[in-house]
Amino acid sequence: MDLLEYQGKQLFGAAGIPVSDGRVCTTAAEARAAADEVGYPVVVKAQVLTGGRGKAGGVKLAADADETERIAEGILGLDINGHVVRTLWVEHASDIEREYYLSVTFDRGAKKPLLMFTTEGGVEIETVAEENPDALVRLHVDPLEGFQPHHARALVYGAGLTDPSEQKQVSAIVEKLYRCFEQNDAMLAEINPLIVTPDGLVKALDAKVTIDDSALGRHPELAELRDEGAADPLETLARSKGVTYVKLDGTVGIVGNGAGLSMSTVDVVVVAGGSPANFCDLGGGASADSVVNALEVITADPQVGSILFNIFGGITRGDEVARGILAALERIDITVPIVVRLDGTHAEEGRALLAEAAPANLYVEPTMLDAARRAVELAR
Amino acid sequence: MAIIVDNDTRLVVQGLTGSEGRFHGLRNRAYGTQVVAGVTPGKAGQDVEGIPIYDTVAQAVSEGRANTSLVFVPARFAADAVYEAVDAGVHTVICITEHVPAHDMLSLYAYVRAKGVTLVGPNCPGVLSPGKANVGIIPGEVFRAGSIGLVSRSGTLTYQIGHELAQAGLGNSSIVGIGGDPIVGSSFIDVLERFEADPETEIAVLVGEIGGDEEEKAAKFVAEHMTKPVFAYVAGFSAPPGKTMGHAGAIISGSSGTAQAKREALEAVGIKVGTTPSEVAALVAAFAKGE
Repeated sequence: MDLLEYQGKQLFGAAGIPVSDGRVCTTAAEARAAADEVGYPVVVKAQVLTGGRGKAGGVKLAADADETERIAEGILGLDINGHVVRTLWVEHASDIEREYYLSVTFDRGAKKPLLMFTTEGGVEIETVAEENPDALVRLHVDPLEGFQPHHARALVYGAGLTDPSEQKQVSAIVEKLYRCFEQNDAMLAEINPLIVTPDGLVKALDAKVTIDDSALGRHPELAELRDEGAADPLETLARSKGVTYVKLDGTVGIVGNGAGLSMSTVDVVVVAGGSPANFCDLGGGASADSVVNALEVITADPQVGSILFNIFGGITRGDEVARGILAALERIDITVPIVVRLDGTHAEEGRALLAEAAPANLYVEPTMLDAARRAVELAR
Repeated sequence: MAIIVDNDTRLVVQGLTGSEGRFHGLRNRAYGTQVVAGVTPGKAGQDVEGIPIYDTVAQAVSEGRANTSLVFVPARFAADAVYEAVDAGVHTVICITEHVPAHDMLSLYAYVRAKGVTLVGPNCPGVLSPGKANVGIIPGEVFRAGSIGLVSRSGTLTYQIGHELAQAGLGNSSIVGIGGDPIVGSSFIDVLERFEADPETEIAVLVGEIGGDEEEKAAKFVAEHMTKPVFAYVAGFSAPPGKTMGHAGAIISGSSGTAQAKREALEAVGIKVGTTPSEVAALVAAFAKGE
């Protein structure tokens, strides 16, 4: 789960990392009041989970109350890469002498946390890594050793930071960022830019934090931060029903079990000449109820012209899926045809249940490809 | 031979008394796997259809002579369960449980490696060596015994491809689902290395998906260290950038980690990549039959 900038900054602040004083606002009047409190000049920043806010006009400076209100009005409702701005962060503007970059992330390949630091901040870190790799200090932390102060020293000296005050401040921030990463089960904690003000203070001007979804159970306070308003309404409905669903733009509704098979089904529908309406993964061990939930979400998309079930039972049982489909047909008004392909654990029982009930508009196909072709044809 | 599980596997199921553990543990036994024990703290002395339950894995090892553990316990107990199995002295742990926090996996992975134990998973379907042993949730009836080693990040997609291979008259030496989490105990390379060393495996099939760079690394490994032919399939060609498709691992951002990039990396070292599961099965079948 990605956090908004202000949510990340709140975690940073709690961890003792210096951030500017700021307020969360949802109206222009609130932004004006917030600016009065934090002191001018202020920077008004759109809170959306997408990059390129600055270029899209979502980050602006304001010198006084009237300007703050005018700018806030302009940014609220702005569409940035499909994300409509509903929340603003207003903070006291900082004077910037230099910009650095600091992050800690999961290196999946090395299976260790990776610290990265460079004094060439303020740009895409990928660009620094590509064009000036020596300027980017990369350092793994051995999980059995855990974070030690020498890790911070290696970053600071490695990047050629010479000012003793900056060395001290950055080292402290590295340690705090690592603790913040660890304690909040983050997959990424990034400060870009980490700035130095003209009077020599080092602080986080932005915050990018991703929390491990699998760990949200032990962080209820973070789980509540999920930005429901920003997501597609169908995806929000899906989440409320515990269905893994990603909206796409086509006409063939897709339900699979397991992320890999579901993704593969999306691909095969494209190969069969169709356009997928969604990606939907029932996950492992789906019950009949979860099938009903998935069908409710998929049929709420008016573009859907047919629905393709591609189930290969392992931990999921084919008879449960069949029961779910039959229950859904009774409980919800489904007008589009459903094509079902069942294999694996209890698939025969499942196919027998469907054959016995034999609902109209339900087609059982023997293979994944046949089922995809049929669903594509029926969606036309 | 075969890899990871075989006729010598003596299995303890951690969480055998739970509903999923029971269902699949008994299916594993019905397949022919030697399921010698179950572990549920506080339930020692009970049995599940004749399989004795112990309080600790150490007892399952000393009394039941278990050498492999299958972990079916809920996510918040899973890391502890794997540590317990490793400390009890099993040589292999297969963890089916999903939603194990990634930070827990960091230290667990380092610990397990240091102990020289094989860990498969978490969030994986397990390992099946057809005709010998089935450990996990893979539907055994789908697969036939044969000489194709199959390794995959995705469970159900593995079944799909195994099914297509079986339809083409081909069988598998072992099927290994490594799991789709950011940190898993065994990587593609770990498994490919075993297939290369396994005399019963003649061909390897790698089933990947978007996100990360495991497929790219595997391609490099194949080019440098494998003599056996390798085929591949990658899921997620139609996935829109920046969206998570279910698996924590299946995230693509920007150009790296896309299905196309993986396909190119694999093809660059001479690995044939199928566009659909049927196509990869057809490619393997054509090769196996000398066409």
